[in-house]
Amino acid sequence: MIAPADPAADEAALDRLALWVLRRYSPLVGRDPPDGLLIDITGAAHRLGGEDGLCTDLCTRLRHAGITGRTAIADTIGAAHACARFSARTIPDLPITALRLDADLIIKLRRVGFNTVADLDATPRAPLARRFGPSPGQRLDQLLGRSPEPMQPIAPAEIIRIRHDFAEPIGTPDALAHATHALTEAICVALEPAGLGARRLDLVFHRVDASLVAIRIGTARPIRDAGRLAKLLLDRLPQLDPGFGVEAMTLAAPLAEPLAWRQANSLQPNQGHRGHDVSALIDTLTNRLGHDRLYRATPVESDIPERSVRRIPALAPATGATWPGYPRPTRLLARPEPVDTIALLPDQPPVQFTWRGKARRISRADGPERVFGEWWCYAAETSAVRDYFVVEDGGGARFWLFRSGDGEDATTGNLRWYLHGFFG
Amino acid sequence: MHPALHPSILDELRARIARIQHAGRPTHAVLPFGVPALDRHLPQGGLALGAVHQVTDAPQSAAAPLFIGGILARLDGTVLWCLRSRDLFAPALAGVGLHPDRVIYAEPDDDPGVLLCLEEGLRQPGLAAVVGEVARLPMTASRRLQLAAEASGVPAFILRRWRLAADAAEFAQPSAAVTSWRIASVPSAPLPVPGIGRARWRVELVRSRGGATAVWDMEACDAEGCLALSTDLADRSVASASSRAA
Repeated sequence: MIAPADPAADEAALDRLALWVLRRYSPLVGRDPPDGLLIDITGAAHRLGGEDGLCTDLCTRLRHAGITGRTAIADTIGAAHACARFSARTIPDLPITALRLDADLIIKLRRVGFNTVADLDATPRAPLARRFGPSPGQRLDQLLGRSPEPMQPIAPAEIIRIRHDFAEPIGTPDALAHATHALTEAICVALEPAGLGARRLDLVFHRVDASLVAIRIGTARPIRDAGRLAKLLLDRLPQLDPGFGVEAMTLAAPLAEPLAWRQANSLQPNQGHRGHDVSALIDTLTNRLGHDRLYRATPVESDIPERSVRRIPALAPATGATWPGYPRPTRLLARPEPVDTIALLPDQPPVQFTWRGKARRISRADGPERVFGEWWCYAAETSAVRDYFVVEDGGGARFWLFRSGDGEDATTGNLRWYLHGFFG
Repeated sequence: MHPALHPSILDELRARIARIQHAGRPTHAVLPFGVPALDRHLPQGGLALGAVHQVTDAPQSAAAPLFIGGILARLDGTVLWCLRSRDLFAPALAGVGLHPDRVIYAEPDDDPGVLLCLEEGLRQPGLAAVVGEVARLPMTASRRLQLAAEASGVPAFILRRWRLAADAAEFAQPSAAVTSWRIASVPSAPLPVPGIGRARWRVELVRSRGGATAVWDMEACDAEGCLALSTDLADRSVASASSRAA
């Protein structure tokens, strides 16, 4: 399909994409027109499993939206721009087209034999500047990190934003905390007329060397309580490096939702007691640990023990579901460990097993509890069978052993014994 | 008997000491175990809420999480469980009556992270109890937790876990915990038919502030989180539970 080029629409689409990236990934997002976005991921990647996790997440989501994206992570804006568009083994091997220069300037440079970044870097700077102007040298320095290149983050009009400029640069923890309190109170006042509560807050510090650092906090529910929001921000403040001083601070609420009043249930006081509001604690811990480190366990209808537990967000609505009351061990080994046993086939519990070099005589045992493979999910488990036994050794310690296979038919398993868990 | 040693004078002195010890601190509720032998032995007639309690497993035993789970099952409200290794199997906690909807798990990176999370959980309102699995519990950290627990009335359970059995000697190091427990598995009662009965634990009160240490052989937590005295022991007089002064 062919459509006429529409640069204005492309620009608008890039703005919309930048806003989405700002809300989802990082407080500092810049535009790199016509087709690029710059994302400062300092301190933003750990929530998504590191830099690789962030790139994968971003690319997957873009692909689902019908956008083919390429990502690169680098220390400078120039290098990230170049690596996302050109593939080269090292930075000096990059072609000069990666340098963000005007097209006619590139033609001129090519004409005199400059093809790669290394060619340009090996040339004395003064004659180069005399003939081609300052931009090749400047772009080269920005690419290699020799000269700073401050990012211009986007500031969409639809995001509520408060900026405080200081008469003198500040840098002490007390002064930063005081300014944070003032900003949170101001943003709560700004959120009030719209009836909104903050779900995400970005506190951006404009340092005197024109660089920006930001901290971002998220909340599980919309909040417009200045004290609570300030506490979440102050919790992150010790990790911040104010550099030579901070001359301005901006607090923005990229994600704000209507603050709905919920009806309390006064007829069932017992349930009310159970539903003590722990959202403040959850917000603090989530901002500190990352959202995947805080969870609840909930049952999955699966007979395979390691698949019977699923994680859900800590503040998800109560499911009410629990596991059937079969005996289950307190500690489950992530991977069942093979053990040597003395056992009668087909369905007797072992009389002795050896785990990690120690032989244990079994005095009491219960079982088998037969677990079939989930043939409707995995073809390899079509005929797989595990027979679980709870066994107790002479000292009273209880173990969860299973035999792979039903003891008669070799297609159901290899008849080896495994240790899978420890009971209390 | 010497008049100065009259029981009523001793009682009065004890009460006065208790008043001095608890001066300025709020008194909190107590959760009885529902086992008279245990509750009689604890200074306040049960497990003091608003305090730090330490629990550890004897080697080759995984009973301590269930011991704690049984206590939590008899409380009401949400519980924060901080762990570092992912081997805790949630269905086992559900098996002693702790519903999965009531437990929020947190996974900090290291021991200090666990202790910080516990303290945050004690200081912010809304939780019924906090549990943390750590190897090291420095004196300062345990004092901080104890003060936070006293202020909020929320109990903190420290589940001590060691990579090496030799490190378990650290359990004897002083800490600000009000009680310290060691739970060991002992052979269960034989059934008249092949099979396995209710598990049996040796519950050892290693340290108890203002009380004496003791050892009991108990039947493990049932589906409501209740312990019971071993049947062969319950038939005899309770005095046979070995007990020595602290």
